[in-house]
Amino acid sequence: MTQPAKVSANPIPLKERMKVPRQHMIEQEPAVRAHNFKEVNLGYSEELARAEAQRCLECGKPTCIDSCPVAVKVPEFVELIVKGEYLAAAAKIREDNVLPAITGRVCPQEDHCEGKCLMAKKVEPLGIGYLERFVADYEQRHLDISNLPKAKPTGKKVAIVGSGPSGLTAAGDLVQKGHKVKVFEALHELGGVLVYGIPEFRLPKQIIREQLDYMRAMGVEFETDVVVGKTVTISELMEEEGYDAVFIGTGAGLPQFMGIPGEHFNGVYSANEFLTRINLMHAYDFPNYDQPLVDFRGKNVAVIGGGNTALDAIRSSLRLGAGKAFVIYRRSEAEMPARIEEVKHAKQEGIEFHMLTAPVEFLGDSKGWLTGARCIKMELGEPDSSGRRRPVPMAGSEYEIPLSVAVMAIGTTANPLIQSTTPGLKTNKRNYIEADSTTQRTSRKGVFAGGDIVTGGATVILAMGAGRRAAKSIDDYLNTGAW
Amino acid sequence: MFTILHAEFLAPGIKRFVIEAPRIARKQKPGQFVILRVNEHGERIPLTIEKSDPERGTVNIVVQSIGKTTHLLNSLNTGDSILDLVGPLGKPSEIEKFGTVVVMGGGVGTAMAYPTAAALKRAGNKVISIVGARSKNLVIEEREMREVSDVLMVTTDDGTYADKGFVTDKLRQLIENGTRIDLVLAVGPIPMMRAVADMTRKENIRTLVSLNPIMIDGTGMCGGCRVLVEGKSQFACVDGPEFDAHRVDFAVLVQRNSMYRVPEQQSMELFQHECEAQKQAQLAGQEDDLAVTGGKK
Repeated sequence: MTQPAKVSANPIPLKERMKVPRQHMIEQEPAVRAHNFKEVNLGYSEELARAEAQRCLECGKPTCIDSCPVAVKVPEFVELIVKGEYLAAAAKIREDNVLPAITGRVCPQEDHCEGKCLMAKKVEPLGIGYLERFVADYEQRHLDISNLPKAKPTGKKVAIVGSGPSGLTAAGDLVQKGHKVKVFEALHELGGVLVYGIPEFRLPKQIIREQLDYMRAMGVEFETDVVVGKTVTISELMEEEGYDAVFIGTGAGLPQFMGIPGEHFNGVYSANEFLTRINLMHAYDFPNYDQPLVDFRGKNVAVIGGGNTALDAIRSSLRLGAGKAFVIYRRSEAEMPARIEEVKHAKQEGIEFHMLTAPVEFLGDSKGWLTGARCIKMELGEPDSSGRRRPVPMAGSEYEIPLSVAVMAIGTTANPLIQSTTPGLKTNKRNYIEADSTTQRTSRKGVFAGGDIVTGGATVILAMGAGRRAAKSIDDYLNTGAW
Repeated sequence: MFTILHAEFLAPGIKRFVIEAPRIARKQKPGQFVILRVNEHGERIPLTIEKSDPERGTVNIVVQSIGKTTHLLNSLNTGDSILDLVGPLGKPSEIEKFGTVVVMGGGVGTAMAYPTAAALKRAGNKVISIVGARSKNLVIEEREMREVSDVLMVTTDDGTYADKGFVTDKLRQLIENGTRIDLVLAVGPIPMMRAVADMTRKENIRTLVSLNPIMIDGTGMCGGCRVLVEGKSQFACVDGPEFDAHRVDFAVLVQRNSMYRVPEQQSMELFQHECEAQKQAQLAGQEDDLAVTGGKK
């Protein structure tokens, strides 16, 4: 017997859908937003969301699901949008992703679902990220979370170290299995890189707070101001506080510098410090908040690096009143790891891109304040271990740029706090924690790890994927006791 | 929230707080510090832990009023609370039997040198302590230091108490008298630590200093506290706070600590202005009360 053909709820005939252009995100005007910290993207209206959802080709074998690190069932939630069942669409996403309002804003969709969307071969792909954001925001406004269904308690306790994307994902998945979950955070605010790293104009703090409220409503507990490895060790959590399993999701950690002369001049920041001052400590609202920053008004500011962190930093400096803002990156734009939308937004806002360029020295005055950078032009040579073409300095191409502030956004190295205080926890030669790529198990019984502390600096969604795999494997371990 | 169980002034502008923080109290070792944030709009600042009581679950910090945050802290009293307190951070002091150790505390640095002096004494060292302050009323923890020292010397810059001079004068005397010194630990203002380093470098005496650069998270994440040690960047929060004094670039430390002088002054002036306004309002309130009661109380 043959399966009856599925009846589509979509009123637009299949062959017409590719002709409908992708619905544009409503944005703050570049000239306006370059001077405020409010969110750039304002979100789809219901009409735009329905129109965009109707573009979905409803592929027989969808490629969007497998390319998502947490395997969100994209076609199903999109179909629910077409039907106007937005809360059901949100619930459908939540089956796989406990932070939809966040991934809807910061996920590099072009590398995952949208990049693999069939339409992307001919026209612009389905706006899956925008649609995810729409239903997550709709859910926030319309869903009563005071009475969320709770799973039957298993009596098992899990400690999550770090409240960033991997930890929150693991916590959300585990609490739904009935385990008692507590998340420990080193900083005074929850969210990890989502709060200290990603600026308000890309991911408002209010959105993170709402997602955290949802997690609390699910039963997740939180404790801030606890630096695991210092305030309490993993062994103490398991042996004295009764945790049956621990997930380590502490993020990447120590910022890297280039090791070139002049990096100690006042005005040279690591991206982590610069962004932490702005995002976590609200330095842009000084003196209403106490944490200061140097004065950016009218100054030349450069960020060194080409990732999302680099663009977050330079776009923040523009909002602090920088006169000129530059991105200095040693490869070409094609190799920039940043999200395409961020590059587009940065250019619209007037940021200058100095590609194939690297600083060789920072220059300063007699009082130790940065005055400029001596840079060298690069050309691309043979591919390196990352598969990208290696930048090679061009002899005799050095030139100086006057600068008052330089922000180093060239990556991070492993934070050793947990590794050095947890006996039996294996690390690799770069001191990241060794964890199985499917089960996220470490070398120590009952201890799992995932996210940047395992892989090195990556993205929110990849960390969430690891948190998800870890939750599944922790649940298996707690049920069977088998290691 | 972390409750202040006891607060007392040790000297004008220098206050000791006993704070309820059981997790930190349990883990603290000499030389470690906490980072605190007084309130929702506050900045994060590092402060060395004077001592802790694991049984009571308390840690002590000693705070000198310098900028806005320390003034604000020192306006708090017993029963008040601090929003965030995290620690113990940094590497503990190296405690072993070195032989003869000179522990030097300058100003409020004495309170920070104290736990290490006590631990060195317990480890079987001969502890010679040198405590200095600007003036008599700023000498703190003399009794505590005496209890853990074989010899205690005190100096004041102006000679209003004990011997007139600097702590380095006493160190020079010890060196000139041929006292065998295996280790020097200096905690205090940067000029004092730098002067100690210069003096012991010539004599080849191993010397440690506890540095207090600008810091935010205290876990190695931000890199704001980087200090130049033998030409290489080290993070005071995770690699320190104690460093080999002979390898520290003090000029860069001074320069980096001056980075926010302008906004810091602005913040302080605003704070003083608010305090003044509050006082005026209180006074006005009292006068109103008097007016209502017709001056009869």
